[in-house]
Amino acid sequence: VNGAQHHILTVLVENKAGVLARVAGLFSRRGYNIFSLAVAPTDDERFSRLTIVVDVESSPLEQIVHQLDKLVNVVTISELAPAGAVQRELLLATVEADPAERSQVLELVDVFGGEVVDVGASRLTVMVAGPPDKLDDFEGLLGAHPLVELQRTGLVALPKLAKASGRAAGRSGVRHSLAG
Amino acid sequence: MKLTGAQALVKSLETAGVEVAFGLPGGAILPVYDPLLESTIRHVLVRHEQGAGHMAEGYAMVTGRPGVAIVTSGPGATNVVTPLANAYMDSTPLVVVTGQVPTRSIGTDAFQECDITGVTMGITKHNWLVKRAEDIPRVVAAAFHVATTGRPGPVLVDVPKDVSQSQTEWYWPESVADLDLPGYQPQVEPDPEAVGAAASLMRSAKRPVLYVGGGVLKARGAAPLRALAERTGFPVVTTLMARGAFPDSHPQCLGMPGMHGNYTAVTAMQQADLLVALGARFDDRVTGRVDAFAPGAKVVHVDIDPAEIHKVRHADVAIAGDCRLAIEALLKALAPDVPGKGSEATGGIEQWWDQLRRWQRHFPLHYDLGEGAAIKPQMVVETLRGLSDDDTVVVAGVGQHQMWTSQYWRFERPDTWVNSGGAGTMGFAVPAAIGAKVGRPEHTVWAVDGDGCFQMTAQELVTAAVERIPVKIAILNNAYLGMVRQWQEMFYEERYSEVYLSQDLPDYVKWAEAMGAVGLRAESPGEVAPAIEKANAVTDRPVVIDFRTDPFEKVFPMVAAGASNDEIVVHPSQLERTRSAAAAGIEEELVG
Repeated sequence: VNGAQHHILTVLVENKAGVLARVAGLFSRRGYNIFSLAVAPTDDERFSRLTIVVDVESSPLEQIVHQLDKLVNVVTISELAPAGAVQRELLLATVEADPAERSQVLELVDVFGGEVVDVGASRLTVMVAGPPDKLDDFEGLLGAHPLVELQRTGLVALPKLAKASGRAAGRSGVRHSLAG
Repeated sequence: MKLTGAQALVKSLETAGVEVAFGLPGGAILPVYDPLLESTIRHVLVRHEQGAGHMAEGYAMVTGRPGVAIVTSGPGATNVVTPLANAYMDSTPLVVVTGQVPTRSIGTDAFQECDITGVTMGITKHNWLVKRAEDIPRVVAAAFHVATTGRPGPVLVDVPKDVSQSQTEWYWPESVADLDLPGYQPQVEPDPEAVGAAASLMRSAKRPVLYVGGGVLKARGAAPLRALAERTGFPVVTTLMARGAFPDSHPQCLGMPGMHGNYTAVTAMQQADLLVALGARFDDRVTGRVDAFAPGAKVVHVDIDPAEIHKVRHADVAIAGDCRLAIEALLKALAPDVPGKGSEATGGIEQWWDQLRRWQRHFPLHYDLGEGAAIKPQMVVETLRGLSDDDTVVVAGVGQHQMWTSQYWRFERPDTWVNSGGAGTMGFAVPAAIGAKVGRPEHTVWAVDGDGCFQMTAQELVTAAVERIPVKIAILNNAYLGMVRQWQEMFYEERYSEVYLSQDLPDYVKWAEAMGAVGLRAESPGEVAPAIEKANAVTDRPVVIDFRTDPFEKVFPMVAAGASNDEIVVHPSQLERTRSAAAAGIEEELVG
């Protein structure tokens, strides 16, 4: 995540109808800015995890965390320090690529460790996964080819694991943790 | 035991301790109204669902127990939106049950369908759409738990018609662990370290103020608050939501701060070196322009809701937890150092008290009685207070009459003041008074209302008459939307736009009588006390008094919206004093 204004919150919520609306409604009615949001069920079917990248220019992070924590369906909230978290995002892009230009696109995809996921007569759909800044670079370089459509998933992240064995293993990237 | 969902719902309400519910039936809630016939719950049939919501609020505010309203789907449900928003702002515990169209019809724009859980998401502490009858007892138990614990607030339970008609096995959750609330654990116990830090700031303060908000009343903290005030000798201000939390007759009470607070309360906060905020939320009506509010004060902030701390004003010491427990902890932490001294100031703040007393002498609350025939609204409130005992519950709507009541009613006991604070809901008083009277039948309940407010919800007096709920309503009839008129006079060059209501239309006496109430009128100052005495003698039905008051009276003091509290405007007759006080440097005397 780029910029000092962006913070990553990973929010464990109950996997119930309307929970996403409650979170989104809170952000909109209190004027908080969401930069990106990813949501999916966890290994425990009772819970889902939201990864929210918030823009704290609008409101202090602490206020956002406390207001989120008041939502009854929110179970835990952790803030991940960008340096202490592994971050991934996925990008899908469809570009115009005549057979003559195809090799340039393929080369670029290869350099970024991506893959081609669909091929048409004059178009390619490619996929790249990685940290957001890497996707930004890819997006920039891909700009040389006419873009048909581009979709990014938003960030997901987990705390980095401790490299030395010992007590803080697995939690070193959590900057701020709150019980729900 | 097999029950229908509706029977389980009613039994759940009974098991949760509900004695009274306010409501109005309709299609989707019909199944629930059938078992109510056999229930121990008293149902008060309102004339409009907004009335049910405000009655539940009035009931909750005087009893401390959650108020309950039952309404149908669609418009029935949307009519309680205003009370829910009001209760959310003022942290009043409510449980509202709404009917919903059958689950198979949800999302089809069915007759009287409305996504009420969606509508009320932002104005309830939580809400539930119950999709299976077997969930009803658990959800109702959870609803009461959430409404009444932590920071209290309104919750809503939406019950589709087929769910209340289907069968389920009766049970009742035995513990909080059975409520399926994995994300709900309000922080109640104050952090001892923070309490210690607060105590040390309190020991060294030279110009402290205890800034008491509604949270103290919610936490049942009036008694420990008094002990804390007397132990420390600190002056106390009580916000609009906290009137009655500390007796107005107490020598340490400075009264109400804020936009229409009295000069001493406002100025004491401005010049304080320490604000101890207890269950208060630095509302804009209290702070005025935030960046100019209490510039020299350190802040200790006690609140059950951690999101309130640092929200508006940075706290030097943050104590998240129950106000009562926090005050008791502060008392304990201060015990070895500050010996109880009655209401005398502790060492070091005598100079502060000298200053406060000077302000009180120079700038008491004031209005001119005048020599004309006009009734002054403040005089009505003072006369009414003089003819009422300390347990009388007084209720207000929103506007000038509300401010005059808060200013001139001498509050002595907790839970004797019911008004709409945060939301500013006109029309609150009549139904809220009815709910308060249901909750405290042994107390006299007076609503002081404006003529604008009264016309919004007066129809509930029919409910009061039919149900034998003898509330008393004093209309300060100034023929205007008075507060708006005041702003237009002061800030819009006396361009009066759409604020005139007429003193004679409607005829309040005839209207009262048509609704089964006694109607009285007072048109001159000499008629004020006799009318109140007549009203106080009526005990079997509602009474309405139409007080024809001076339309041009304004509320003072006043801090204009967006202005600093330093720019407080006192009563015109005191203006000269402000100037000479500034010249004589009263302000400076204090700092040295």
